Amino acid sequence: MTENTQNAGGEPILSLRGINKSFGAVHVLKDVGLDAWAGKVTALVGDNGAGKSTFVKGIAGIYAFDSGEYRFEGKTVTVNHPKQSAALGIEVVYQDLALCDNLDVVQNMFLGREMRSGLTLNETAMERRAQETLAGLSVRTLKSVRQKVSSLSGGQRQTVAIAKSVLWNSKLVILDEPTAALGVAQTEQVLQLVRRLADNGLAVILISHNMNDVLRVADSVCALYLGRTAAQIDARSTSTTQIVELITSGRSGDLGLPPALAQEAVA
Amino acid sequence: MTTGTAAPSRPSAPRRPEDSIGGTVQAYVDKLRGGDVGSLPAILGFIALVIFFSAMRPDSFASTRNAANLLNQAAPVIFIAMGLIFVLLLGEIDLAAGFTSGVGAAVLVVLMTNHGVAWPVAVIACVATGLVIGSVMGALVAQLNIPSFVVTLAFFLALQGVLLLVVGEGGTISLTNETILAIMNKNLSPALGWVLTVLVVGGYAAIAVLGSISRRKADLPVTSTSVTAAKVGALAVIMVAVTILFNQERAVNPAIKSLKGLPLIVPVTLVFLLVLTFLLGRTAFGRHVYAVGGNAEAARRAGINVPMIKIVCFAIGSVLAAFGGVLFASYNNGVSPTTGGSSTLLYAVGAAVIGGTSLFGGKGRIIDAILGGLVVAVIQNGLPLITQKSGIQFIVTGAVLLLAASVDALSRRRSAATGR
Repeated sequence: MTENTQNAGGEPILSLRGINKSFGAVHVLKDVGLDAWAGKVTALVGDNGAGKSTFVKGIAGIYAFDSGEYRFEGKTVTVNHPKQSAALGIEVVYQDLALCDNLDVVQNMFLGREMRSGLTLNETAMERRAQETLAGLSVRTLKSVRQKVSSLSGGQRQTVAIAKSVLWNSKLVILDEPTAALGVAQTEQVLQLVRRLADNGLAVILISHNMNDVLRVADSVCALYLGRTAAQIDARSTSTTQIVELITSGRSGDLGLPPALAQEAVA
Repeated sequence: MTTGTAAPSRPSAPRRPEDSIGGTVQAYVDKLRGGDVGSLPAILGFIALVIFFSAMRPDSFASTRNAANLLNQAAPVIFIAMGLIFVLLLGEIDLAAGFTSGVGAAVLVVLMTNHGVAWPVAVIACVATGLVIGSVMGALVAQLNIPSFVVTLAFFLALQGVLLLVVGEGGTISLTNETILAIMNKNLSPALGWVLTVLVVGGYAAIAVLGSISRRKADLPVTSTSVTAAKVGALAVIMVAVTILFNQERAVNPAIKSLKGLPLIVPVTLVFLLVLTFLLGRTAFGRHVYAVGGNAEAARRAGINVPMIKIVCFAIGSVLAAFGGVLFASYNNGVSPTTGGSSTLLYAVGAAVIGGTSLFGGKGRIIDAILGGLVVAVIQNGLPLITQKSGIQFIVTGAVLLLAASVDALSRRRSAATGR
């Protein structure tokens, strides 16, 4: 796939090459590759079962890849556990968001990593930091950071989950279908937030099924087809049709998998 | 983000609608409408029941002597309920809490009466018994993933057996130690009662003021002074009224033995209330307990050791139940095979739920146990003065528990509907 990488954009912060992963006899990821750059949104697209989730879980360290090269900030690293990816500065916002409804925004953002002074929680410091983080992302949709998450709308929850992921000076944020369950206005808000993350200098990997969303915010698009990387292309030089072709047949014109491989993948 | 109608996310102007007294009242009404009734049913229920029983039995119920007795009657159930709140916050249940208190009482009394062990050692042994029981139950629930209902039901049966074996069938072991008996039978001197009142009100005010100062320093929104003053004022009125009530002479024959002052159990309970509320509200451990009860998967992904939190909560629950056993021993001057049995557990669960702790996990405070425990004690204390039929007493208590659980379930449904 590397030959298809048309995004110059400097050294990628995350670079994966020749990744393989099998579950028993099922070969889920075959020589998959992906680049992600600081300050850019990289969309990861693919049909159901193309291997997106497995790929992302591997990046996050929930599964260990069987083989392949995992380079982060130019260095080859080993990531076999979520703690290792977190230590590198990789945060994943899963589709179910993992928020506690009975806790407020600040409590959720700092869950498991509470700031303390001695034995007690340092509530004022956490509240300030939460407000600063939200302000840094230009979030204006939250009335108060002390309201419970159960009182928030879907878009607001997504916002909190994303803000939580950037609270810890993370360098790469992976968003799993952040707009899947949202209405039009809230989708718009979340997309703007995704764009702002990249503009703030973070690398963002956006998993999405929605081609409009992808073309609106992504700088680079990586399409998976039946466990292989069909192509990673510059978002400015592509179209919805081209991405859909890559997703559904692994090829689009002279882009994508060689015909033999695309056929083999079907067989 | 483009809507621009919402308030700024970083309100450097700390003036918000909630800041005034009117705004606070409005916010509270909104909260109630949203289904979050908190402890309000317990407080209203307590007032209604006290008025009802006082009207029905002005001589026997509405006496200061009965009021003091009521507090002592409520205490063991309140302690068991405080422990249950830790378990209920996880969304689990501990059906063995009643007999844990019974076994705790038995360990205490047998050690002291039969083996002449000093009271501090016996109390430690009693608490350690609770610790072991709770840790084992917690480990079975957290590590083997057996439903807590089944684990604690098994312990309910087994501990009943242990109690029978330790105490002996039909037997009663009496306790004569002055120190242990004092907890439920002695009173603070009237002067000490006033000292306690000043400490409680002053301490509450100090915490509120210090909190405000540190928030103002950090440029965060602050509760207005008038709201804080109103809260401190309300607490002061209640504390002063209670102290005046209990500082009256309530002995049948004061010439022989004077009986006045706040029961000793009041400061003991307040200390536990303070420590446990601090633990749940101000420490990382407490935050994690709420998180596990709210969304265990989210807690796990946040790096919280969920099994450990569960084990510790069950352990705390059983330790407090065992301490409730000390109070039973003190109140009953000993232990019998039925100590902590019959309706004790139901009263304790009822107390927690009536107080506003949810059976579904993630919602509850330590003070719920005290408010709910007082409601249960008023029923337990007042009903026998009205009817001798214990059948009716059981039915009424069962109905009250069911009512509280319904309030909990309905408020939960309403919260889900209104998104609060």
